[in-house]
Amino acid sequence: MRYWEVPFGKEKPKTPLGEIHILKERCKGCGFCVEYCPKDVLEMSDEFNSKGYHPPQIINGEACVNCGLCETICPEFSIWCTLKEEVAFEN
Amino acid sequence: MPKISQKAIHKYLRHDKNFPHVWCSGCSNGIVLGATIRAIAELGYKKDNIAMVSGIGCSSRMPVYVDFNTLHTLHGRAIAFATGIKIVKPEMKVIVITGDGDATAIGGNHFIHGARRNIDMTVILINNNIYGMTGGQYSPTTPYGDRTTTTPYGNIDPTFDICDLAIGAGATFVARTTAFHAIEAQSFIKQAFEHKGFSLVEIISACPVIYGHLNKKGDASAMMKSMKENVILIEAFEKLSDEQKNGKQKRGIFVNKIRPEYIEEYDKLVRSLQDEKGGE
Ligand SMILES: Cc1ncc(C[n+]2csc(CCOP(=O)(O)OP(=O)(O)O)c2C)c(N)n1
Ligand code: SF4
Ligand code: SF4
Ligand code: SF4
Ligand SMILES: [Mg+2]
Repeated sequence: MRYWEVPFGKEKPKTPLGEIHILKERCKGCGFCVEYCPKDVLEMSDEFNSKGYHPPQIINGEACVNCGLCETICPEFSIWCTLKEEVAFEN
Repeated sequence: MPKISQKAIHKYLRHDKNFPHVWCSGCSNGIVLGATIRAIAELGYKKDNIAMVSGIGCSSRMPVYVDFNTLHTLHGRAIAFATGIKIVKPEMKVIVITGDGDATAIGGNHFIHGARRNIDMTVILINNNIYGMTGGQYSPTTPYGDRTTTTPYGNIDPTFDICDLAIGAGATFVARTTAFHAIEAQSFIKQAFEHKGFSLVEIISACPVIYGHLNKKGDASAMMKSMKENVILIEAFEKLSDEQKNGKQKRGIFVNKIRPEYIEEYDKLVRSLQDEKGGE
């Protein structure tokens, strides 16, 4: 596609929607994913895993934009995100 | 920066056997492992072409978790072993994982001479300001006044600046970042891998369980926040007054230059002698 053939503003930017995966058994409950998620998608749960740590839980899954910060900052490889779909950006 | 899928990461980890890893909750070592693996995945290196070498320490346990050629060696000697690998297998990508104690206390000589000779390897130095593994003795990077098990009344030793040390010794790629800046760490590590010569990436890290506890630094998250606030980009750092610089460190790429590489020079010498003597 040649960009100058599309009138400016015609194409709406897309927002990615992410799907979060948590390996509760591998989590050590450090809380980084909860603290640093820019969309406040997560919170620490009261649940225990078999090592006695509290894993995070999803409280606002629709807000996840698949930015990948949680998986980059997780020291345990126990949380990651995949792209679910891209939706038109609403102002 | 492209997002590296979890699948790509798993390819490089010995994830079926060795996880969860041994590091404490909130320790930065796992984040550095992630940044290193993602940088390798971005570059698409073959597993068999990488040698990861470490000394002894919590940080130095990293090779246990990766599916490359790995060497977990003697305290302080990782760079010496890495030099041996590079001499016999110059085509191999050699990565050294080391700690502040491992590289700047017992291994200080290997570190400065590796840099001086400009041997082609990437040193990822996890600086948590303490000997984590052995229970919290002070290291050459423990800040002035801080408490450790061997400085119970506060440390009076002046602190090593590891990047300055590497620059002074002649390293050709020198960068500093933190575990909090994990995406930047991935980018610096990637650039260090692509560099020909001795490259150092110092990663300011948190040992919340020992260093953090002894110095009342709060929990792991608070230590991450302190890295975010106190380790700032070179440009921002230079704008501060001397007073404001107190307690702050700069991060960024300090040196990136080319100089003859040791193994290549060695190879040239061998070839010229062989030619002279008619290839005996
Ligand atoms: C020759 C020798 N001396 C001392 C030790 C004990 N020792 C093991 S790890 C370590 C310090 C490690 O500190 P650092 O490199 O900062 O690693 P960290 O655990 O902080 O990641 C020491 C002194 C040893 N294993 N071998
Ligand atoms: S991918 Fe980004 S938005 Fe989604 S949970 Fe992780 S940090 Fe939050
Ligand atoms: S960052 Fe990882 S280890 Fe820490 S709480 Fe989140 S999922 Fe658990
Ligand atoms: S003792 Fe410190 S450096 Fe070692 S694993 Fe625990 S938090 Fe990390
Ligand atoms: Mg250390």
